[in-house]
Amino acid sequence: MIQFDAVHKRFPNGTTAVHDLSLEMPEGGVTVLVGSSGCGKTTTLRMVNRMVEPTSGTIRVGGRDVTRQDAAELRRSIGYVIQQGGLFPHRTVLDNIATVPLLLGWNRRKARARAAELLETVGLAADAGKRYPHQLSGGQQQRVGVARALAADPPVLLMDEPFGAVDPVVRTQLQDELLRLQKELNKTIVFVTHDIDEAVRLGDRIAVFRTGGHLVQCAAPEELLARPADDFVAEFLGAERGLKLLSLRTLAAVPQGPAPDSGTWTLVLDEARRPLHWRSADDAERPVRPLGDSDSLLSALNESVASPTGLIARVDADGELTGVTSRDDILEHANRAHAELGVAA
Amino acid sequence: MTIDWSWIADHTDDLTSLTLSHLEAALTAVLLGLLISLPLAVIAHRVRPLRGFLLGASNVLFTIPSIAIFVLLLPVSGLTRTTTVIGLTVYSLVVLLRNTVEGLDSVPVRVKEAAKAMGTRPLRTLLTVELPLALPVIMAGVRIATVMSISLVSVATYIGDGGLGQLFTDGFQRNFPTPVIVGVVLTLLLAVVADALLVALQYVLTPWKRRRA
Repeated sequence: MIQFDAVHKRFPNGTTAVHDLSLEMPEGGVTVLVGSSGCGKTTTLRMVNRMVEPTSGTIRVGGRDVTRQDAAELRRSIGYVIQQGGLFPHRTVLDNIATVPLLLGWNRRKARARAAELLETVGLAADAGKRYPHQLSGGQQQRVGVARALAADPPVLLMDEPFGAVDPVVRTQLQDELLRLQKELNKTIVFVTHDIDEAVRLGDRIAVFRTGGHLVQCAAPEELLARPADDFVAEFLGAERGLKLLSLRTLAAVPQGPAPDSGTWTLVLDEARRPLHWRSADDAERPVRPLGDSDSLLSALNESVASPTGLIARVDADGELTGVTSRDDILEHANRAHAELGVAA
Repeated sequence: MTIDWSWIADHTDDLTSLTLSHLEAALTAVLLGLLISLPLAVIAHRVRPLRGFLLGASNVLFTIPSIAIFVLLLPVSGLTRTTTVIGLTVYSLVVLLRNTVEGLDSVPVRVKEAAKAMGTRPLRTLLTVELPLALPVIMAGVRIATVMSISLVSVATYIGDGGLGQLFTDGFQRNFPTPVIVGVVLTLLLAVVADALLVALQYVLTPWKRRRA
């Protein structure tokens, strides 16, 4: 667990970056710090591994005051991922990943073996290890950055806008990978972003900062979206926060019925009963995007609006059709979710 | 102007020893220059207030004509190889200092930050991150300093040293062009070969610059 207790940071030029911050970041959870630029979120992150020293207050990692530890040793025990990787251009990917193990005094062979193992963990091919960073794409470099941070298996991971410099498609992939990794590794992660959608996707808890280094609200994503503490947070979450909330609810609880086998539109399946497309009585075709139980209510709503029948096709893990759900059922569940959470207007 | 080939044949031993002596003076000066400029460059790079002073002072040294440096050194070290080497060191120092500072400046802040954040201490960061990344710019300086030193050694003929430069005075005094031409060709050759070797050395030392995606 990471604890901030009455932490204050004033820079020599007089600006207050962080104002009287008390915050707990739970062990094994992802705490996302969000806010517009200059709100102190990055400074907050950087105080955890003493890249920035607090002016007053205490920061504890695993119960120990960070300022009482040797800075270099502290940093080796905390993984750090920055935007665009911050990789060493003169070292191969493998040696980049092995950085901290080597600093900790592992022998080169063991460090390289560990690095090779991590290459696979973050989804890179083994032959990427011998390359230099400039020979990789932005997304691949970012993966190397994550692997490097994980190399010595630190309990805490600091991620400073790690996916800020990659295109949206790659960013979504990297976010998925991070969620997958986190399920296995259970690190205590502090993640800085200015992208509220990224925060909602990744965070177990989201801390919203306002200019001047004030923490405005820290809550679970659902709670935050349902009941923003004030107008600032509401505005930051955006006008579609009601819809964003639906992105956090899955389809699992929404009932399904048999697919219509007659009518204006019928669902065409292949031999393995996987949905192919909708076909009308006069042979027109419309695409179908089948959804599984883990897909969100928001995706379901989106698909039902695009569907010619208002029905969405539900499939199991193998892509086989299990049934269909109507737009009304989806909306009813969406409405119920909002009511349960007592969503403020 | 005709070349007296038999003179060359008769003096191969002299030519060899002059070439070696020439090379030795130039290389010693560059090595000493490197040894002195490295710590100075690190200071100039890290301590901002000293930077202007160090670079300014070295620029002033560079404006002193080479003959004047040798003459100024005479009371200190006399008509010796030491005088030659000190004079040449001063010049290579200026070039190397400026390039090393520029090289260190060229290391991306993000990379240095990453090194620090991984828990690398300052000295190790300097040796394993900053200097390797500054190497291409430093090597550019080493190449200039080397070629410059090789050409400047001849000036030390005026204080009785000068390596291949002695061939020039010899030829001029006797109005005999062969030694002059041989001296020029050998100096050029030395410079070209030394430069090529340095290019090769840089290639070996910077493997990450080779393979482009």
